[in-house]
Amino acid sequence: MASETGIGASVKRKEDARFITGAGNYTDDINAAGQTYMVFVRSPYARAKINGIDTADAAATDGVVAVFTGADLAADEIGDLPCGWMVKSKDGSDMVAPPHPPIATHAVNYVGEPYAVVIGETLEAARNGAEAVDADFEELPAVVDLSTAASADQIHESVPNNQAYDWELGDKAATDAAFDSAHHVATVDIVNNRLIPNAIEPRAALGEYDAAAGTYTLHTTSQNPHLERLVLAAFVNVAPEARLRVISPDVGGGFGSKIFVYAEETAVIWAAGKVRRPVKWRAERSESFLADCHGRDHVTTAQLALGEDGRFLGLRVKTKANMGAYLSTFASSVPTYLYGTLMAGQYTTPAIYVEVQSLYTNTAPVDAYRGAGRPEATYVVERCVETAAREMGIDPAEIRRRNFIQPGDFPYDTPVALTYDTGDYEASLDKALEHIDYGGFGARRAASESAGKKRGIGFSCYIEACGLAPSQVAISLGAGVGLFEVGEVRVDVTGSVTVVTGSHSHGQSHETTFAQIISDKLGVPFENVTVLHGDTGRSDYALGTYGSRSLAVGGSAIIKATDKIIAKGKKIAAHMLEAEEDQMEFADGTFTVADSNQSITFGEVAFSAYVPQNFPLEDLEPGLSEKAFYDPPNFTYPAGAHICEVEVDPDTGVVDIVDFVAVDDFGHVVNPMIVEGQVHGGLAQGIGQALLEHGVYDDAGQLVSGSYMDYTMPRADDLPSFTVDTTVTPCTHNPLGVKGCGEAGAIGSTAAVMNAVTDALGVASVSMPATPETVWRAASACGEAPKAPKEGE
Amino acid sequence: MEITLTVNGAAKTVDVADNALLVDVLRESLGLTGTHVGCDTSQCGACVVHMNGDAVKSCTVLAGQANGADVTTIEGIGNPDDLHPMQEAFRDNHALQCGFCTPGMIMSAIDLVQKGGGALDEAAVRDGLEGNLCRCTGYHNIVKAVLAAQSST
Repeated sequence: MASETGIGASVKRKEDARFITGAGNYTDDINAAGQTYMVFVRSPYARAKINGIDTADAAATDGVVAVFTGADLAADEIGDLPCGWMVKSKDGSDMVAPPHPPIATHAVNYVGEPYAVVIGETLEAARNGAEAVDADFEELPAVVDLSTAASADQIHESVPNNQAYDWELGDKAATDAAFDSAHHVATVDIVNNRLIPNAIEPRAALGEYDAAAGTYTLHTTSQNPHLERLVLAAFVNVAPEARLRVISPDVGGGFGSKIFVYAEETAVIWAAGKVRRPVKWRAERSESFLADCHGRDHVTTAQLALGEDGRFLGLRVKTKANMGAYLSTFASSVPTYLYGTLMAGQYTTPAIYVEVQSLYTNTAPVDAYRGAGRPEATYVVERCVETAAREMGIDPAEIRRRNFIQPGDFPYDTPVALTYDTGDYEASLDKALEHIDYGGFGARRAASESAGKKRGIGFSCYIEACGLAPSQVAISLGAGVGLFEVGEVRVDVTGSVTVVTGSHSHGQSHETTFAQIISDKLGVPFENVTVLHGDTGRSDYALGTYGSRSLAVGGSAIIKATDKIIAKGKKIAAHMLEAEEDQMEFADGTFTVADSNQSITFGEVAFSAYVPQNFPLEDLEPGLSEKAFYDPPNFTYPAGAHICEVEVDPDTGVVDIVDFVAVDDFGHVVNPMIVEGQVHGGLAQGIGQALLEHGVYDDAGQLVSGSYMDYTMPRADDLPSFTVDTTVTPCTHNPLGVKGCGEAGAIGSTAAVMNAVTDALGVASVSMPATPETVWRAASACGEAPKAPKEGE
Repeated sequence: MEITLTVNGAAKTVDVADNALLVDVLRESLGLTGTHVGCDTSQCGACVVHMNGDAVKSCTVLAGQANGADVTTIEGIGNPDDLHPMQEAFRDNHALQCGFCTPGMIMSAIDLVQKGGGALDEAAVRDGLEGNLCRCTGYHNIVKAVLAAQSST
């Protein structure tokens, strides 16, 4: 039975007290004495040569402190922004990444790319100065369309065919053979629409330089401050790691977009050293639209080969992925190792072959956005499965059941390089079917029909690989860094506990969840545990928060450190109780000599460790503080079943989500309230992709959807309430048995919505986002495609 | 230009530029950083405060317009030891994650409930909050919290 604050309890969050009272401490809330303000001068063109930049008028503007161009950064040997994941093409050649100077020097390649910075005494002075920067651009034709980018004008001198790489995974011959023997082949053509992340807190940075110490401090909106420091030190050459401290205070949402090392933070921290004063920048929303990394943006053709019994025989996927103008920090890994490897889904498909050609265009760089590759993979697989069910006349739940990997099959090696450790996919589907009342769907559909509406139901049985990642696997696949995590458990003199984690919390609730773990394991009251994160000056090198990894990897590091605390505590307790160490037991905050009534509290042991009078100093160091690094032996594999039911008005094209059920298997759950919240948020983003959101460039490379007037964010009245539930198969290889929950909602939901919309209309496909106009146009083809039979219909 | 206004019950006189916005007065002049700027364009609602009893987006109110006004910000409605029922409802229902939209969301929600006469249902809450963006929660728990706060007041 879990305690009220231990593992498994829906404890109210520690974070909330400051956030609900306005006492949060976000980067833009922080000011330094004597600070200046930086404004970026951004390209109005998608593609142009820079023949010259005249900064004289800007520099002479009242209140302007300094104006810098890319040439100034280059003169200081500030390096390019690197991509940290090497991907190789089919022919074994390395991917081709163009030079990416933080501030453009000779050419600009997307609208919004910075080519100068102006620093002012006030923000207004900096803005006035920015207006006065005069660049001589020679505009060139923009390459915008992904499907034709490979044969369009060459954007970068060093990148033939605008191709980053042409990658493959899987067994082509086996897959071809599977198709040769197929009874039926289902084909889907998919555009996975470009999304713009839009964390509500815009990116921001405050750079400070201490001339006396020669040290730099950067406050910034980063999901992984250590990685930011590493890149700025080792690749960009701002300062050695030891003289650069990066602090991510409260961060207002990330969703991937705050993983990456961007031009802006780089320019801010470098310029702080140049002007010898603090430099501050906060993105305006239009800058967020233009210059935050975007997500998704694939064009795919996929084919599923099936036997007469509806069993999957083979899957063939050919994708073009848009990288935007440059290769961002993790961009290369997203449409490859986070995408192709997930093509088995929850199924026993024996042969899979995936080809991905990643191409440059004159658009903002594209990188990881919530789910990162896995939503795109799920969309491919689940649209294929649904299409096959319809074409073969098989119930969509039944066709999935026939192909699920069974609980007895684990560990299960997929044909696309992963080994799933555990799962029970049918259990999640069954629970979801019960919640949605699948048997009653026929009656509900009939009721809608009689009211002139079209009702549809859509399934998505997704899987994801999370808990990134086994370092040696990742490095062998091209990652430039290890992917472990660090946790430090410092027991205070009076027995309270301070935990320092390398995982950064920007909504995920680490301060609460990690405190629950400590409270549970050490028997220390929840309120006496404080969790610190987000500061390279506080924790050892760590990898940060993304890929639903914080609890599975960061939490496991904390467990390891806690185990060391208990082990040392037993030694101390044994000494104090004059017993043998191997006789000591620890539970509920008390060390007990086995089979005796002799015991001592955790607090007494902690005190003794710091006031070591009755303490074995000859054998043991004083103090009670332990640190551990945890490198996972495998990915984790959260999976689940999402079912969406929609009602479409064919006269207006409006899609109403009347029910949405998500049943997810995240392994053990530490705080159900927090986990449900994570799922809700993910669902909103996945549904947003399906129905509302679209990053659109026109033919000239101008971002058409560059504001909240043009880019449709999900608002409260666009969404339903959700039915969220879980099943549990504990992860087999981490100490908490957890899998991660941050991305599932965004991974599973999009396909469920689109399968429901197409089912309602009886059409083969509808492009995303399924706006009223798109749906209304599609409705004219109503009933042209077959519908799958449903239970109860 | 000099303006005088009441902020969270205290009279303040502030010297501001003619083109300064109310949110600048609150954040920069008065150090009340609980009011956030998320979009600069009156779309996201992170900057919502109460002015003379109405919820307003402080990023699109000129400081001059607030001269003589009675302004309440997130800092003025409660504190950790004595929370406003809406703050309590947000905490109890896990209606916030990163916390950035939360101050504006709470200020909008208080206004909504005050003017709703106790008759808000889920659809009315969703409709009433469409001027506040949240990217974390999917609104599910925010709606729950607002309805809970309505029942408790």
